[in-house]
Amino acid sequence: MWTVWTVWMVWMVCLVPTTSEALCTEDDGYKVRLSIKTALGGDAYEWNESEMFFFKATLAFAMRTYSGGEQYDVSNILVCDETLRVSFVFVVTKPSNTSELVPRTEVENAIKKSRHRINSAFLLTDQTLDFVGINPTLAAPIQYDTPPWLIAFGVVMGLVCAGIVALLVSTFLNKKRSKKSADEEEAGRGNGILCESIRGKDGLFNQGLVDDDRLTKL
Amino acid sequence: MKLKLKLPNPGLEDRIHSHAELEKLEEVQAGDRLQWDNKAQYMLTCVGFCVGLGNVWRFPYLCQSHGGGAFMIPFLLLLVLEGIPLLHLEFAVGQRLRKGSIGVWRSINPYLTGVGIASMLCSFVVGMYYNTIMAWVMWYFFNSFQDPLPWSQCPINDNKTGFVSECARSSPVDYFWYRETLNISTKIEDSGGLQWWMVLCLIAAWVVLWVCCIRGIETTGKAVYITSTLPYVVLTIFLIRGLTLKGSVSGIVYLFTPDVDELMNPSTWLDAGAQVLFSFSLAFGGLISFSSYNPVHNHCEKDAVIISIINGLTSIYSATVIYSIIGFRATEKYDDCLARNIMSLLNTFDLPEGNITESNYDEVFRTLNSTNPETIQRLNLTSCDMKTFLSEGVEGTGLAFIVFTEAITKMPISPLWSVLFFIMLFCLGLSTMFGNIEGCVVPLQDLNILPRTWPKEVFTGLTCLGSCLIALIFVQCSGNYWLALFDGFAASIPLLVIAFCEIIAVVYVYGIDRFNEDLKFMVGHKPNIFWQATWRVLSPLILLVILVFYFITTVSKKLTYIVWDPESPVFPTLAQVTYPDWISGIIFILAGIPCLAIPGVALFMFISKRCCKKDRHYMEESLNTISDKVNHHPEVQLAIKVF
Repeated sequence: MWTVWTVWMVWMVCLVPTTSEALCTEDDGYKVRLSIKTALGGDAYEWNESEMFFFKATLAFAMRTYSGGEQYDVSNILVCDETLRVSFVFVVTKPSNTSELVPRTEVENAIKKSRHRINSAFLLTDQTLDFVGINPTLAAPIQYDTPPWLIAFGVVMGLVCAGIVALLVSTFLNKKRSKKSADEEEAGRGNGILCESIRGKDGLFNQGLVDDDRLTKL
Repeated sequence: MKLKLKLPNPGLEDRIHSHAELEKLEEVQAGDRLQWDNKAQYMLTCVGFCVGLGNVWRFPYLCQSHGGGAFMIPFLLLLVLEGIPLLHLEFAVGQRLRKGSIGVWRSINPYLTGVGIASMLCSFVVGMYYNTIMAWVMWYFFNSFQDPLPWSQCPINDNKTGFVSECARSSPVDYFWYRETLNISTKIEDSGGLQWWMVLCLIAAWVVLWVCCIRGIETTGKAVYITSTLPYVVLTIFLIRGLTLKGSVSGIVYLFTPDVDELMNPSTWLDAGAQVLFSFSLAFGGLISFSSYNPVHNHCEKDAVIISIINGLTSIYSATVIYSIIGFRATEKYDDCLARNIMSLLNTFDLPEGNITESNYDEVFRTLNSTNPETIQRLNLTSCDMKTFLSEGVEGTGLAFIVFTEAITKMPISPLWSVLFFIMLFCLGLSTMFGNIEGCVVPLQDLNILPRTWPKEVFTGLTCLGSCLIALIFVQCSGNYWLALFDGFAASIPLLVIAFCEIIAVVYVYGIDRFNEDLKFMVGHKPNIFWQATWRVLSPLILLVILVFYFITTVSKKLTYIVWDPESPVFPTLAQVTYPDWISGIIFILAGIPCLAIPGVALFMFISKRCCKKDRHYMEESLNTISDKVNHHPEVQLAIKVF
């Protein structure tokens, strides 16, 4: 009896790793790619076992947040196919039954919900921490109540219209003023030329005799 | 050397002021003609008129596509042989005859009034579509007051899964220009209706123009202090900014790398000649008008040389600035392209980061290609070529609204650079528009269509209003296609014809000998052998050659145009489409009517003179009868002759 139990234990111990390997496939899970050097350049950290542990813990956190408190643990995150690229495949097992996988869609929604937290944990962005198959939700563009261009337009038009009004009013006032002064200076004017301007000059050039238009009126 | 070849021109002395009369006019200042406040205003106005958008977005492209540094040779040669003589001619004619373009040609010979009318029509048509470009510039300017700039990212589609398809397939700057600004249709027949935001910007552009030229040179003279100097300030700022960016020097090197073989290509010389002529804004009549407000003894020869040099240097300077920014953008695009390819290779072959860098990319690619050719094929890597990035879309509106705006989004503090850039474009265009308005309004006044007593504000207002209403064609969905049509046909051949007629009229109808005497009176010395040679022979010959070649190339090329069609297979490249048949009628109206106005008006004058002669015979007979019977005073006889 005891031997049977030992043999069964040995068999289980050998089987569990292979079972977990069998669980961890890209079809049931997600491939992750980290581009640490691209994101951080000189400040890039080394990817090692501790970082992988941190990653598993972050994913467990994401699952806990999404599922509303279910006790996901680091051991529920299974990782395989690690490469030097720093890419690997992970699957999530249910905390209640470690041989059962959490469906892909649930994992996807959990990651989408906590994407920003996962990114910041690793100092990466949506592009440098790539979950292959999970597209980042795009940030909604800023919506303005009044488009800024209308405000700029209004300011410019206001200034310009004020300028036009000012110029037209000044022309009108100038005309009035020159009419008044023309009435006052009738005595001193001949042919539209003030006496002062021709004082000292000999002769008066009468423009009335030079009419360029007489031949060429269209 | 007196010129033997001179066409008969009776009655010339009656139509123009003599030198003595000019001196008197100068002293008494009795004329109601406006005057410049000072010489600086005049110079700035002329520089502003000559230096326009073409210096910024046409010259750099021509320079780069016709052999870089080698293009300077035909450009500078034709500047000296064609540009400077014609400019000097227009200045001298305006200063001597002291009238706008119609008045000047009418004075030289009434049959030449058509030249003035053709100038006026060209000014009007060019002014219309040029100010539409100003409306586009204003739209971009208004949209620059936000961070991030609206053309830096694509809008998101309705179900928030990705970007709008048209934008994702092309680029955010393309989408903003073609869709959000122009809302362009797929062909010229689809008018698509007026775009309200563009109508607002068009109204803004015309109102700003009106406020600046409301009283003619009284107001434009003040405005040019800013509009003519600000572009240089902004260009310098951009040069300093550009030189501090990565890759700018490669752009400048690409621009000026000489390719001497291009000098053998006749189209290089043709383009250089056309660029010189259009860049100097000759034949619009505006320059004649501006110089007619000068004092009689103004040194027009010096002015012509100075303005030509400034125009040439500005072209070269702005080409340097533009290409430094283009070099930066090309380098950024190249780096992005290479980074994408490297990432693809790393991801496919699961290699650690840092294994493939820019320096070893080529050899790693070759090794991988030899070992796994099918995988590489499936990846569909785009080849990254600096030359393609440097030469894409670098002319015209594409340069300003697509390439440059994209470069600006990659700079830090983008809204600032955007605001500066579009203010510069606006000032460049506005100062050119002053000349166009002058070339429209003054002939209109000379034609006496409206009563002379009406104030100038009404003339300028009516011109601006009329142009604005007709320019509504350009703010429909198909507006950009109409503008390209106008730009191609209304502003090229008619101007060449007018410029040719101008120089022939002054040299052979007015008489180069009389003209030399006039210049001696105005400036103090007779123009030297250079001016004689260019005015009499070289410039008319060059103009004729350019006109003939231009005409042949325009007439022989197929009537096609390029459209933005999201459904076409070559999208996002612009697709080539043929014009509909009725376009040839429109082209004839645009190009033909100004050209035909010259002989047409001459014919009209000839016919009306014949009719008037008959009437005058009748009148003279009755006069004889009166003088037989009436014992008249000599003054009465004088009055009858004048009448």
